[in-house]
Amino acid sequence: MTALLEVKDLKVRVEDNEILHGLSLTVNPGEIHAIMGPNGSGKSTLSHVIAGKPGYEVTGGEILFRGEDLLEMSPDERAAKGVFLAFQYPVEIPGVATMNFLRTALNAQRKARGESEFSTPDFLKKVREVAARLNIPQEMLRRGVNVGFSGGEKKRNEILQMALFEPAVCILDEMDSGLDIDALRVAADGVNALRSPERAMVVITHYQRLLNYIVPDFVHVMSKGRVVKSGGKELALELEASGYAQFEDAA
Amino acid sequence: MNVVVAKTETGRAMSDALAIARDRLAGTGKVADYRRQAFDAYAREGLPHRRIEDWKYTDLRALMREVLPLAPAPDAPALTRAGSALKLHAIAGARRLVLVDGVFAPKLSELGDPEKGLGIRTLREVLEAGDAGLHTQLFAPDNSNPMVALNSAMMTDGMVIDVADGAVLTEPLHIVHIASGGTPAAMVTRSMLRLGKDSGATLVESYIAADGAKAYQAHDSLIVSIGNHARLDHVRLVEDGRDAFNISSAVVTLGAHAHFNTFGMTSGANVSRYQATIAFAGEGSRVETNGVNLLNGRQHADTTLFLDHAVPRCDSREVFRAVVDDRGHSVFQGRIIVRPKAQKTDAKMMTRALLLSDDAEADNKPELEIFADDVTCGHGATTGALDESLLFYLRARGLSEKEAQALLIQAFVGEAIESIANDTLRELAISAAQRWLEARG
Ligand SMILES: Nc1ncnc2c1ncn2[C@@H]1O[C@H](COP(=O)(O)OP(=O)(O)OP(=O)(O)O)[C@@H](O)[C@H]1O
Ligand SMILES: [Mg+2]
Repeated sequence: MTALLEVKDLKVRVEDNEILHGLSLTVNPGEIHAIMGPNGSGKSTLSHVIAGKPGYEVTGGEILFRGEDLLEMSPDERAAKGVFLAFQYPVEIPGVATMNFLRTALNAQRKARGESEFSTPDFLKKVREVAARLNIPQEMLRRGVNVGFSGGEKKRNEILQMALFEPAVCILDEMDSGLDIDALRVAADGVNALRSPERAMVVITHYQRLLNYIVPDFVHVMSKGRVVKSGGKELALELEASGYAQFEDAA
Repeated sequence: MNVVVAKTETGRAMSDALAIARDRLAGTGKVADYRRQAFDAYAREGLPHRRIEDWKYTDLRALMREVLPLAPAPDAPALTRAGSALKLHAIAGARRLVLVDGVFAPKLSELGDPEKGLGIRTLREVLEAGDAGLHTQLFAPDNSNPMVALNSAMMTDGMVIDVADGAVLTEPLHIVHIASGGTPAAMVTRSMLRLGKDSGATLVESYIAADGAKAYQAHDSLIVSIGNHARLDHVRLVEDGRDAFNISSAVVTLGAHAHFNTFGMTSGANVSRYQATIAFAGEGSRVETNGVNLLNGRQHADTTLFLDHAVPRCDSREVFRAVVDDRGHSVFQGRIIVRPKAQKTDAKMMTRALLLSDDAEADNKPELEIFADDVTCGHGATTGALDESLLFYLRARGLSEKEAQALLIQAFVGEAIESIANDTLRELAISAAQRWLEARG
């Protein structure tokens, strides 16, 4: 079986600092992986490199998506192939209406895959459906992208996009930060609704609590730019009890 | 020394042009005298060049080199070509007034059954008839600006529109300038719009080219007077051919408690200059002037505005946005004068430029001259590139580089377009911006 996402011995520099020092991770269809690790261990860096953010220099290793070289693709090609990153810090885009953005993005992805574009009524119906499920009021969708959204609303808007685009691999970078307990449950339900045997999730988090809602198959501990330990969901509980100190030494 | 040579050469060439054009230029007696004076004023200076402060960034001697001979009056095939070009730019529900190669084209226009209080004549008619008062107004613009002088000397046609006191027009007036093509030539036009007191009107000016129109020059001018308590909404869209020149001037005067909302967008022409003087002559009036330049390739567009606060209690707002790609060059010069009597003036000017390439250039020259003490005045300017983090967010959602840029550019110019009060006209400006974005690929 070809893995959905395969990160092999990845080395990444930013300016003059190496941040990832040979990181490997294999994600198969249907699996949920959690990545935990202290601040600054390189979790967001990994997610950015997978999504294709400029400014990172890959000095070694590779990333394969269904066996294809992901690093050769532009960010929009990756999105169209089914790579989705829910950002830790989603940006505000004043003057770009959320609805217009969603439709442009969805249709750009569909066009790149050779699928037909959504008609306006079909699109509206789909957005309304998903927004209702995630408790996102229509009024929010009339504003500029993320403009004036609270931290939690921005995160919900990321999940909305994920539900709309139906990607193959979802990387969720701290989707739980800034969410209150109810919002966390709604967002987690939104994520769980997207679980399927074809789709995989990589959930980056600091807190075991999220993993009560989105139950992972694998938990990886990152420290100083490497995966230092992998295990089942019980590893998260262990971390909650004992902290990262033991792994800092290992790295 | 070069200057002197250039002057005489230009002068001689122009004298010939005037002589050749004489039978095309309407008006005798006093009108012919006005033309001769204007012509002499132009011939003394010739094309403006960079050593004239006001033309520092737009050196027409270097960019335009010469004024072309007048375009011949359009024949039937020219009118047909113009007719097809018109289709894309027609506004539903507007009264269309079309000038093809600088000559009024009745067949493409709608003159019949005017709304109550609306009077429309052609410039040619008016110059040939004997209304001395009207002639004085038509030749009022200041000949010290050489391009205004040239326009006064050589204007062939245009629209002279009157809106009676109390008449509020429901149909927008749409003056369309079309270059029909054939050989490179100059079109020289002047229009005038007079709004009576308590009246209201909407004026759209479009500049377009028919298929195959080559390297032509549009020289246009507009004289506007807005009566007390009257309101004019004005949109100006320069979508000339990419090798064309558009040199236009406007002189606007507002009475008391009048309102002028104007929006201009230049996405066409190779070299263009729009110079507008807006003067407050009555208290309690308001002007909103918004502009956008969308430039790429080697396009050069200059917007030069002069706001003259001569009386108390008037407000002016200038918002200007430039988007410049490739080796494009955008120029914005905004001068505001607040004269000693103009207490309680509120004047603000804000310009922002977005540079899409390393070779793109945007020059911004704000000038505030304030001679009154109880005023609120300010200006601000920024120049920058598109925000990389916003671009990446959009691309991570599947938008190509061009699509992501297009959304952010639309948002950037949207702030200026939003100010257009009339929904139909706002849509019109949005589609013109869209055409520019789509042409980028
Ligand atoms: N553009 C950059 N320039 C310099 N250093 C950077 C840059 N981006 C990231 N880094 C550094 O790389 C390291 C990893 O950062 P990253 O954001 O990936 O950590 P993280 O694991 O996501 O942390 P957190 O849990 O706080 O979100 C940090 O030391 C950070 O300072
Ligand atoms: Mg992070």
